[in-house]
Amino acid sequence: MRRLLFIIQKEFIQIIGNRAMLPLMTILPIVQLMLLSFAADSEVKNVNITITDLDQSQFSRQLIGQITASDRFTLINAPLAMRISDHDLLAGEADIVLNIPPDFERNFLKGYPAKLQLLVNAINGQAATVGSGYLMSIIRDYNEDIRLETAMGVGRVPSRIEVASANWYNPDLNYKYFMVPGILGELVIILVILLSAMNTVREREIGTIEQINVTPIKSWQFILGKMIPFVFIGMLLLTIGLTAGKVIFDIPMVGSLWVVFGYCLVNLIAVLGIGLLISNLVDTQQQAMLVAFFFVMIFILMSGLFTPIESMPDWAQLLTIPNPVAHFVAVMRKVLLKGSGFADVAWNFRVTAIMALVFNGLAVLSYRKVS
Amino acid sequence: MISNAITASNLTKKFGNFTAVDNITFNVKRGEVFGFLGANGAGKTTAIKMLIGLSKPSGGEATVAGLNLMTQSEKIKERIGYMSQKFSLYEDLTIRQNINFYGGVYGLKRKDIRTKTADILAELQLEDKADEKVGGLPLGWKQRLSFSVANVHDPDVVFLDEPTGGVDPATRRQFWEMIYAAASGGRTIFVTTHYMDEAEYCDRISIMVAGKIAALGTPGELKERFAAKSMDEVFLRLVR
Amino acid sequence: MRSFLAFVRKEFYHILRDTRTLLIILGMPIAQVLIFGYAVTNEFRNAPIAVIDQSHDELSRELINEITATGYFNLIEQPPTTDQLDALFRSGDVKLGIIIPPNFEEDFFRQKLTSLQLVADGSDPNYATTLINYSTQIIGSFQQRYAGGPARYQIGVETQLVYNPLLINAYNFIPGVVAIILLLISAMMTSLTIAKEKEMGTMDLLLVSPLSPVTIILGKVTPYVFLAMINAIIILVMGYFIFEVPVVGSLVLLFAFCLLYVLTALSLGIFISTKAASQQAAMMGSLFTLLMPSMLLSGFIFPIDSMPWPLQQISKIIPATYFIELLKGVMLKGLGREFLWQPAVVLAGMTIVLLLLSWVNFKVRTK
Repeated sequence: MRRLLFIIQKEFIQIIGNRAMLPLMTILPIVQLMLLSFAADSEVKNVNITITDLDQSQFSRQLIGQITASDRFTLINAPLAMRISDHDLLAGEADIVLNIPPDFERNFLKGYPAKLQLLVNAINGQAATVGSGYLMSIIRDYNEDIRLETAMGVGRVPSRIEVASANWYNPDLNYKYFMVPGILGELVIILVILLSAMNTVREREIGTIEQINVTPIKSWQFILGKMIPFVFIGMLLLTIGLTAGKVIFDIPMVGSLWVVFGYCLVNLIAVLGIGLLISNLVDTQQQAMLVAFFFVMIFILMSGLFTPIESMPDWAQLLTIPNPVAHFVAVMRKVLLKGSGFADVAWNFRVTAIMALVFNGLAVLSYRKVS
Repeated sequence: MISNAITASNLTKKFGNFTAVDNITFNVKRGEVFGFLGANGAGKTTAIKMLIGLSKPSGGEATVAGLNLMTQSEKIKERIGYMSQKFSLYEDLTIRQNINFYGGVYGLKRKDIRTKTADILAELQLEDKADEKVGGLPLGWKQRLSFSVANVHDPDVVFLDEPTGGVDPATRRQFWEMIYAAASGGRTIFVTTHYMDEAEYCDRISIMVAGKIAALGTPGELKERFAAKSMDEVFLRLVR
Repeated sequence: MRSFLAFVRKEFYHILRDTRTLLIILGMPIAQVLIFGYAVTNEFRNAPIAVIDQSHDELSRELINEITATGYFNLIEQPPTTDQLDALFRSGDVKLGIIIPPNFEEDFFRQKLTSLQLVADGSDPNYATTLINYSTQIIGSFQQRYAGGPARYQIGVETQLVYNPLLINAYNFIPGVVAIILLLISAMMTSLTIAKEKEMGTMDLLLVSPLSPVTIILGKVTPYVFLAMINAIIILVMGYFIFEVPVVGSLVLLFAFCLLYVLTALSLGIFISTKAASQQAAMMGSLFTLLMPSMLLSGFIFPIDSMPWPLQQISKIIPATYFIELLKGVMLKGLGREFLWQPAVVLAGMTIVLLLLSWVNFKVRTK
């Protein structure tokens, strides 16, 4: 046990004594958290639109008024020739072009089909769908208004279902509440997995490992001695990150912080097990970085951080079960935003604990003092 | 009292078809300075790695400090010290921190570590540099520090793998004075080298050629047997 | 020149012998393209919902059928009260609740007005919005069908999705993956290679050799240029054959831009390695100053237009932003030089500045 303390002490001295690495490990991730949290907003807030109004009627002007009144749309151009609006689209200045054909109003009032034409730059499929979705709902509302008016004028009132909608836990749909805890987890996990993956292989590259291997240190002492300082750093970063999230972004913390930190601890141990296992299996730091990065990329992309896990195909959803980032993101969101209790996240705890056991077990087994 | 610090009988190491160490048998007595010579690739380093438990023998038997290498290799590690040809202390730790770390790893008490540290610093005359990073030391000092650290837990046997590579004769001489001091206190020294003048300093030497021990004896005996004036000549005769 | 070639050959052997690294370098783009193509999608289906039907009449059942029949929603449970809905949200089993009040059918036909409540788990705002939008649309068409009112007085909207008519996700992610992978190989790998020489102390050895420092650096990075270009080809070929991402514009221009970007990334890698003393420092430096910002601020994952002003400015100094613009321009819009010279010039300018800075750093260090 005393030997373990000496290993931990040595790792700490090496980490803290490294003037170049320390800021990279502490300040940079927090700066990143701030920056990325402001950036990580897939809400489409601004759609640049060019409208060609060839009708110039009361209806068309009312519709344009409705569109420009919405703060999501910026009218960048209103030419009277479709040739010009096409150019706006090609040059990337306009995201959407709306063409209102001549006789739009007349056709509507006569009950003929009144058609609008929408050209959407769809390279970014999601932004395109969302942007045209906004426009469609404005058009739909406007249609509803004038339809009721017109129908009332003819004396027939249709039945309606009034839909009231509410968003629980985040009524203002603040996207940062959703993203900040996830990004924090992502940053911390990337950091510790990469550093731990490069750790023992570094001793092998430099040659100090041989000196260690002729000492009576046990494999588990060595692995544990490497892990504990990183657990400490990870927990410290999480604490700073959560505090910053609370102070700067006012992230709600509805659930128990004990559950949050308890889970973080288990998760860090699991993730470090993966990192140390990688480190034992590779030959150079460069390899370690690549392998770790390979997995981290997959972990993050399939974590539900950016796209909901529910939308993935079944096989991909199964693959998220052994993904520590997915569990981390899920637990943070559930407990912090919705106030889920331990029972609600017990499954995540269980799976992560199993991962921690398996990976650290493998890390100890794969660390061989004898070749 | 065990009379032999190391015994090896038919010790063998194979890597696939290649036999790096081929049935070597020898004893090293307590308190002896035993030189382990051989050309590059003769199997010296492989042999030493087996004896210190870094590499599992493919066959044969051996004891180190009276313990069985096959069954008690982790126990052996408590009783031996090792210094490799590559400097392998932590360059980003200070001298004091390195001594402290290895003392701790070998299970020394805090108080003992403190006295050991003071002894080593005094012996190497490094008191004023104790809190400097090891990476900045000249090579000769690094080597002597490595040796002291390999002795920090008062081991029965110390293995030195080409300990004096890359330094001038005067510095090597200083290093050997440390070896003699340790040996005179009853410690067994097992040292590989390719400097033939250093071979003359050893009590006994063995010369490995192609995985086998080609000759073993005191420097005087070997010179006599091969009718050579110096160890250089002995070596050249054997290796050709 | 001969000694340069010999040096490059040596570096190549180093990389080729390391089959594990090679496998990962080549496997990474394949895995990423497949994940983006098949696993990471925003198109949603089978969203787990719960319905609290307090009416239990013909119309409410019809509505529930209509909603589940679309395939977008998966009815998980019919809890009796809203309290239970809360529990379902907290365990994460359900994302949307539909509450149908009593007398739903009667009100609809008699009073001509009935109401209905949608409750979404707002902890994921985008998902919540999408769920509410889709269900509102379904309810809207349901209402029109049962209302029996005039089908007339409709504004029809004919939507054309330009450049990506089938809304294929790959049109967006293929350029993004190319940008990230090339950066990883050209910047991160090279910065580590050079930092390694420093860490092992072999850099000094090379510097005293008759090779000039420029030759050494060039020799070290040349193999990575090849690896990066091979990866770019793998990604583009996969995009073309698996996800039918076309190359509308000129192939020559496309590769010229890839090469330009690789050069920019290399000069970034070199710049970082002149600053970093160890491989770990090089890794951290390139990870946090290059890779993460390139993923998140280049418009690959999040739209630049939605970012706050300062971040939009930062995105302008990220090479990947320009490269993605170039790729999309050539591949999807078929734009030519007249549209694309601007981002290309920016990339070239960045490369020159970075190389100059590295040169200055290097000089200072060796003096």
